[in-house]
This record gives sequence, structure tokens and C-alpha cells, in this order.
Amino acid sequence: MSELLKVTHLQKAYGDNVVLKDINLSVKQGEVVVIIGPSGCGKSTFLRCLNGLEKIQGGEIAIDGSPVEAESRDISKIRQKIGMVFQSYELFPHKNVIDNLLLAPVKVQKRDKEEVKEEAQKLLAKVGLAGKEEFFPRQLSGGQKQRVAIVRALLMHPEIILFDEVTAALDPEMVQEVLHTMLKLAKSGSTMIIVTHEMAFARAIADRIVFFDEGEIIEETREVEQFFEKPKTDRARRFLRTFTFSKSEID
Amino acid sequence: MDSLGIDVLFKGTNFVRLLQGLWISVEISMISVAFSIVLGTVVGMFMTVRNRIVKIVLKTYLEIVRIMPQMVLLFIVYFGTTRVFQWDISAEAAAIFVFVFWGTAEMGDLVRGSIKSIPKIQFESAYALGMNKFQTYYYIIFPQTIRRLIPLSINLITRMIKTTSLVMMIGIVEVLKIAQQIVEANRNSSPNAAFGVFAVVFLLYFIVCWPISRFSVYLEKRWA
Repeated sequence: MSELLKVTHLQKAYGDNVVLKDINLSVKQGEVVVIIGPSGCGKSTFLRCLNGLEKIQGGEIAIDGSPVEAESRDISKIRQKIGMVFQSYELFPHKNVIDNLLLAPVKVQKRDKEEVKEEAQKLLAKVGLAGKEEFFPRQLSGGQKQRVAIVRALLMHPEIILFDEVTAALDPEMVQEVLHTMLKLAKSGSTMIIVTHEMAFARAIADRIVFFDEGEIIEETREVEQFFEKPKTDRARRFLRTFTFSKSEID
Repeated sequence: MDSLGIDVLFKGTNFVRLLQGLWISVEISMISVAFSIVLGTVVGMFMTVRNRIVKIVLKTYLEIVRIMPQMVLLFIVYFGTTRVFQWDISAEAAAIFVFVFWGTAEMGDLVRGSIKSIPKIQFESAYALGMNKFQTYYYIIFPQTIRRLIPLSINLITRMIKTTSLVMMIGIVEVLKIAQQIVEANRNSSPNAAFGVFAVVFLLYFIVCWPISRFSVYLEKRWA
């Protein structure tokens, strides 16, 4: 398997506030990388750097060998290779579902409208949203909106998809439907980087776990089960413990 | 109670003249509104740029327009600049210039506010789909901006129509001026004409502005 994404010595700072210090990570084609870590550890910022939504202060990001630079003229071309799904879905509220889906493939990639439409309908059916083409975002539930957002990203045929806490804004009963969609994607061989707080999901979907804390990669492993049972670092252990309740603590 | 003085409107061509005056008011406001919307959109976009000098210049412009009474602007342009710069512009042109100067600033501010009210992440979501700046504004930002903008700009349009009554101060014979002439001319025969005639003028303004504001309500509902 070839290397699809390569991040070397990435640094990101807002003024004096260093958010990411020297991040190195490479992702192979078909790999599912899950990034976990406490709030404010820089994991979402990291994702935003990957498709050039944030300017970086040092290091390099390359996708398929071409550099990702926030202010380069080719950035919109590069971004077509990188799908992104946001926590707050960010569907376009003035367009219905099908127009949300068709806009970028037709206007940006200049693909044939009918062909994309057919593909869009197939994908909608796959995520359980057949027949919702004419609905407007405000008529959909959070979980439905997020599934539309995922389909929207997929239709661009990206080489890698970034998921930024896509279930964090959802009601618990809708989390499952979205996670299910992502699991299916992972099985179909998509390359994904997922930032999430859903530990059980992370455990189920990850080929590799990356644990961030204070802007650094603290632990990184392909031994996913091992990581959740017995993390090597103390910080990861403490972080994982915050997800479990033990009776003794309550007493 | 004496007569309401509406009868004078039926003497001779009085009512027709009043309507002609109304047309002058509507004409001046429509031309001004058209220019203000186009220029205001451009100015409003410039108001959102980060360049400090551009920001300061436009902010100063907006403040001048807000602080200065429109009538003073009319006087400066029509009585002042025509002498100082020796140019020969009609009162209508001076009026349109002042209204556009005013309307562009206010429209610009409305456009700025509407663009700013679109969450930043809507831009990012468009960029993430590979759209460039132009595509993002054209397909995503402007359509949403316009929906927010229409009720606000309609408010500005009706205010402009009402404010055209000031242009009689620089000698334009518009609806209010004609009403005044009619009242003056009939002071002896119908002393109550002031009530009747001005009440009709009030009604005429209402007839012009009301459909416009209903239209805005309709659009707001449709796009809600």
C-alpha cells in the first residue's frame, strides 16, 4: 500500500500560542486513522490544517505527493482530493438535498449532471435517505443532515476523507446511524482520518489510533485493542479512564 | 365642520398635477435606489475586506452620511458645489447624487452586515468542497446574503421615497411642492385645502410604499 498523506514536522500557532508542535504522520491508502485526545489538544486544528483551512507555521503536508498550502493558488484543486465532514454538518441552507450534493461535482469538477445525480441517488439510498432529494436541510434531523454531508463529501470522489467530531452535535439516538454509515465506508476501503470522542466506535473502526495531547502525538499504534486495554503512556491511560465510571470513585 | 378641502383637487388639472409631482418623487427615488443597490453592494463587499485603509475610508464615509442631515447635503451639492466648481447640474441631478451618496453608504452597511452574518464555517464548507473564492461567493454566500438583505433594503427604499419630499427645498417641483402650490393658490376660496390636499399626499405616499413593504413581508415568509 502506498503512502497517501504525509505530514512532516507540522507546526501550527496562533500568535504565541503554539497549538501543534512538530506533528509527523503518514497515512496509507485505505487506512482508517482515528485521532483521540482531550478537548483543546489540537486534534481538530490538525484536521483543518490537512485541507488548508488553517495556515501552518512550519513543516509540510503532502497529499499524493502534492503539497497542501493554505494560500497557494492550487489549493482548491488539492482540496478536491480531501473530503471533509464538519461537526455542524454545514449543508447549504438555501439549497435542497440534491442541490447540496450536485453543486460541487457539477460546478467545480464539471462532471455530467445526470451522471452525478444518479450516483447521488444511489449513495442517498445506501445511507437510508432515499426520497429525501427535495428536502431542505431545515426539514431534516441532525443525523440525516450529517449523512447528507457525508454523501456530499463522497460525491467529490476524494482520496481521503476527514471527519471532525461528526457526531458531537447529535442526539444520542442519531449517533448510531451516522457511525454506521462511517463503518460501511471504512469497510469499502475508503481512506479516513476521524477525530472522535466515541471510544467504542474508535475501537471498532480504527486501523490505527493516534493519541494527541497538548499539541503532540503522545501515542500512536496499530495495536488498537492493546491500546484500549493497556495504553503504553500514562497520559493515554488517564485520558481513557475519564470514559469509565467505577463504583469506587463514586463512593 | 367646514369642508375638508379635498374639493380643490377637482378644480382644473390640480389632481393630475399632483400625480405628476408624485411621479417626479418616484422617479428620483427609483433611479437613486437602483444606483444605491448596485454601488452599495460593491461598497459593502469592500467593507468586509481586511485592509485597514479601505476600512477606515469606508467607515468615515458611512459616518459622514449618518451624521449629516440629507438636507444639508442637498444644499452643499446644489447651492454650494455648483458655485465653487462652476458646474451646471440640474436640481434633479443634484438630488439623485445626494440620494445615491446616502443610499450607497447605508446599502453598503446592510450588505456588509448580511455577509458578516453568514457563519465563517459556511465559507469553509464551500472551500472544503474545492470551490474557489468566486464560486463560494457566487453559489453559497450571495444567495444567503440576498435573503437576509431584502427586508432590510426595502426598509431603506421606503425611507428614500419618503425623504424625496426634501428635494422641494432645492426647487424641484415634486408632489409635496405641488400640493403646497395648490393650497396657496386656493387660500381664499378654500381655506381648509391644507388639510384635504396634504391628506391626499399622505395617502399617495402610502399607496406607493405599502405594496413595497408588503412585498418584503411576502419574501421574508417565502424564504424563512
